[in-house]
Amino acid sequence: MLRLQPRQSPSAFWSWASPILALVLTAVIAGGIFAFMGRPPVLTVYTFLISPLFAPNGIASLAVKAAPLIMMGVGLSLAYRANVWNIGTEGQFTVGAIFAGWLALSLPDAPMWVIFPAEMAFGILGGVLYALIVAWLRTRFNANEILTSLMLAYIAQYLLIYLVTGPLRDPMGFGFPQTALFSDAADGPRLIENTNLHFGILAAPIVAAGAWLMLGHSVLGFQLRVLGQAPRAAKFAGFSENRLVWLAMAISGGLAGLAGMFEVTGTQGQLSTNISPGYGFTAIIVGFLGRLNPAGVVPAGLLLALTYLGGDAAQINLGLSNAITGIFQGILLFCLLGADVLISNRLLWRRRGVAGGRA
Amino acid sequence: MIELLVNLIVSVMAAATPLLLAATGELIVEKVAVLNLGVEGMMLMGAIAGFAVAHETGQLWLALLAAIAAGMTLSFLFAVLTLTLQANQTATGLALTIFGRGFSALVGAGYVGIAAPTLPKIHLPVLSDLPFFGATLFSYDPLIYLALILLAATAYFLTRTHAGLILRAVGDQHDAAHVLGYRVIRIRYLAVLFGGAMAGLAGAYMSLSYTPLWAQDMIAGRGWVALALVTFAAWRPFWLLIGAWLFGGIMYLSLYVQGLGVPVPSAMLSALPYVGTVVVLVLISRDHRRIRLHRPAMLGRPFQATN
Amino acid sequence: MTAPLLQLRGIVKQFPGCLANDHVDLTIGQHQIHALLGENGAGKSTLVKIIYGVMKPDEGEIIWQGQPVVIQNPAHARRLGIGMVFQHLSLFEALTVADNIALGLNDAKDRIGLRERIIDVSKSYGLPVDPDRTVHDLSVGERQRIEIVRCLLQNPKLLIMDEPTSVLTPQEAETLFVTLRRLASEGCSILYISHKLEEVRALCEESTIMRLGKVVAHVKPKEKTARELAGIMISAELKPVADRRPPPETGKVRLSVDKLTLRAPSEFGTALKDISFQVRGGEVLGIAGIAGNGQGELMDALSGEMPAGRPETITLDDVAAGHMGPYQRRKLGGCFVPEERNGHGAVTTMSLAENAFLSAHLRGALVKLGLIDRNKTQDFAEKVIARFDVRTTGSKAMAKSLSGGNLQKFLVGREVMLEPSVLVVSQPTWGVDAGAAAAIHEAVLALAASGAAVVVISQDLDEIFSLADRIAVIAAGHLSEPVKVGEASLEKIGLLMGGVKAEQHHGETSHA
Repeated sequence: MLRLQPRQSPSAFWSWASPILALVLTAVIAGGIFAFMGRPPVLTVYTFLISPLFAPNGIASLAVKAAPLIMMGVGLSLAYRANVWNIGTEGQFTVGAIFAGWLALSLPDAPMWVIFPAEMAFGILGGVLYALIVAWLRTRFNANEILTSLMLAYIAQYLLIYLVTGPLRDPMGFGFPQTALFSDAADGPRLIENTNLHFGILAAPIVAAGAWLMLGHSVLGFQLRVLGQAPRAAKFAGFSENRLVWLAMAISGGLAGLAGMFEVTGTQGQLSTNISPGYGFTAIIVGFLGRLNPAGVVPAGLLLALTYLGGDAAQINLGLSNAITGIFQGILLFCLLGADVLISNRLLWRRRGVAGGRA
Repeated sequence: MIELLVNLIVSVMAAATPLLLAATGELIVEKVAVLNLGVEGMMLMGAIAGFAVAHETGQLWLALLAAIAAGMTLSFLFAVLTLTLQANQTATGLALTIFGRGFSALVGAGYVGIAAPTLPKIHLPVLSDLPFFGATLFSYDPLIYLALILLAATAYFLTRTHAGLILRAVGDQHDAAHVLGYRVIRIRYLAVLFGGAMAGLAGAYMSLSYTPLWAQDMIAGRGWVALALVTFAAWRPFWLLIGAWLFGGIMYLSLYVQGLGVPVPSAMLSALPYVGTVVVLVLISRDHRRIRLHRPAMLGRPFQATN
Repeated sequence: MTAPLLQLRGIVKQFPGCLANDHVDLTIGQHQIHALLGENGAGKSTLVKIIYGVMKPDEGEIIWQGQPVVIQNPAHARRLGIGMVFQHLSLFEALTVADNIALGLNDAKDRIGLRERIIDVSKSYGLPVDPDRTVHDLSVGERQRIEIVRCLLQNPKLLIMDEPTSVLTPQEAETLFVTLRRLASEGCSILYISHKLEEVRALCEESTIMRLGKVVAHVKPKEKTARELAGIMISAELKPVADRRPPPETGKVRLSVDKLTLRAPSEFGTALKDISFQVRGGEVLGIAGIAGNGQGELMDALSGEMPAGRPETITLDDVAAGHMGPYQRRKLGGCFVPEERNGHGAVTTMSLAENAFLSAHLRGALVKLGLIDRNKTQDFAEKVIARFDVRTTGSKAMAKSLSGGNLQKFLVGREVMLEPSVLVVSQPTWGVDAGAAAAIHEAVLALAASGAAVVVISQDLDEIFSLADRIAVIAAGHLSEPVKVGEASLEKIGLLMGGVKAEQHHGETSHA
């Protein structure tokens, strides 16, 4: 019989090996599903997971998709470590994008050195303000942040729809639900001329490094971790829970807002109803896969970015729906959560029937 | 005027039904102190499973069974991960939703924009033959009646039966239940599976009756509203009904006002139910003494037997 | 001669990293009150959980009334006629007394007419319980009565009592003994688990003594002195408590509490009512009381986790600190050891070094430019480990890898090393083995000797009497006037613990 035996202390090996095991398991299960659907499993998994890397501009596309995921995943790592379950980053991403987009549309002639930093500040501001609604509702009214942040994400989506179909709609846009294109200055600098490698691709790893330092080595990071692991102990040590909840929401919301700003200025160049292919939810997986550790979030963000490219590749090359991206992400998270049991448990085979018998 | 009122009652009942079904299931789950945040995902699975089977076979009862099975399959996955493997309940619930969205979108890709047979209306004898509004007021489709019956049965089960007492005991103090010899994990499995079945049924109601069509992401947050409802009701079945009608009312209102063509942007009206959920949550949660009094004491906490 | 009621032969139970029961033999005769003695961690609880079917033994044999049995689960044990009263854990707070009792009865027919039968049994044994009340409103003594009634409704042949008096006043304990003796005389054997030697000597005819998972002796407790029993039971060499220094009368007041009144934090909490006391440098004030009478709230109020509105309510070294949180109170020289180690005094999933940082970073100056000074933190933790003989693999070990006693030594040591001017400790040796308890007591007394004011909150009267210079009793959120330890009798303290008001009590003592 298969049995779990708790370990004395969690296994450091498995805490990093578990994501890899989960990835392998996911590939196998996904292959099984493809086979069941009557598709060649190996080819499909190859198309999904490997081929995008060798496509023209594959690496650049990967970086563009990974940047927002990494930024949001880093913010969620800090929040989740503190037991602050912000699952509405999609909303904070949207509001950050709206703030930045509105600024870009308002100042079409501003030079880049003025408009771009201002957009960044506005993106962060939008995300922070929107996230702080959740913090306020939790600390003031004791309202569960999982539900409020999620509801606010839906509300943000409708706000965006209202804006791009109403006040901010491009008057020359033939009635499409989108704004006018931003100025070149507002789109920000490129890392390499004439590519879509925007500034956020540089910012994401910097953000991750800063968060890593903060979480592991600063007093503030320590306070967040204590709050998450033992709220009573945080109180005992005199760390204010409310202050930390506000902080965790502000950081995760601000980074989501910044990601939203980079996405609309750096890759889309305008606001429309589809500014995010579900980055907010995917970032949750990125956070868990990265062990809620900013250093782990970087590779996790790259991997999840790959699932978006893989979905497109499977659609173009194999005629599959790109919804398999969502399935793949879901299975990956399931497998990860299952594999994580090995971090704090040993898996044992034990024969039955020892108990009660006379030796 | 009376016609308007009758319409209102009928529409609110219809809008409330998916919430009521899913929330009744989640109520039982939370009563054994498990928090399954995957209601939205399970409803989506139920919706597509029900729709696909109805379309392929034309058998509605088969479609309902398929929806129940789909919800239960996903909830079984949740149970294995959180109860047996002790995975984090919040994360696993989210995984359910992410997976349910992806899976239903993939399977449903071929069903967008086509029709399937819809649930017939049941006419209550005598009442539906009443003059004037009897026919509209007392002939609903079977799931609306079923939702009410299941809620009543759940309330009876929880408060009047010994099995219901055991269920509450497991949610109140799992260690005590364990030393008295109750199989905590097994009881939790059963409750989680019931929650999955109800969410699946709720999804089927959406795709086979409420908006008899399949559309990607058609549950549109109702699973999350159902979760909020359980908190709103402070884990009491009767209040679940009040809450479901209240939310049903808000949803109907946002549709109705849009239909009137008032000069308010429709996106704003569509956001109304979500704003309403936040407002109601805030109003309820303020009184955290009351919440704590009714909340299953072990909610969200894992149990591991030592033996 | 009839067969013994219960015989255990060679019971073995292995947990990861610990052999809880190592070939344990135990025989309980008919009509017998049998003591199972042992320190915390000796394996008593594991053994009774095996008898009650909560756990299964890895090896060994259980013989019930002459027949070998494999006890499948607690329901099976109850059908055999085994009842158990747990030390804690087995009542449901949100349910009524009747529902709680129904949950302990397997057969539907046992639950017919339950309310009337509860009232019958409770009347005939003098165990008053009200079937319609909700458990969370009840005192610990009342809760214990529910468990006993629950067992009696099934006419048990063996009643297991796990540390029943740890939550009772001496007077309540006496009442319980009367009930137990009567049960034994009516034919029900009792397995009585305790580490309190005097009560075992008073109550039990036979005893089995366990140490580190093994049975070390079967003795008749009445034929031994308490000291002899302790010698068999305790593994570590017990140092006699150091001679009491003369209680200081002249030290300056370092902690002063003035009319502290606090609302109960929740339905399940206790309100603090008009509490006043002063502690001088060099002095130890002991606060006795039964669990759940406001000790936790008092601790939170003193540590600042639950600040009092008025600054003058609490004064630390002449600074009004009532409104301050834990952080500022530490700045003023206060250090605190809460009752609960896991998740309150320590983060179990963090290393000892990080746990040292938790409360010591301010007074220990372990912060550099907003960052954790790893080297200093580690040094500090290593010093605590060395000075307090904490058995661990080092400062990187996780807190939860330590035994209860070692973690407690670390937590007390962490605060003592910071040389506080005021130390408040709650239940310093709860669940701690005798060796560690002695070390903790020594550290607390040494700190007081160096001039700190110390408050010890404890349910263990032996501990209070051996540490304190003055003793006060907390009951239902009221604190009695502290009395000098020489003037306090066990009986007097017991009455106060039972909530007998000070005024009535003054009348009695004036006669004495």
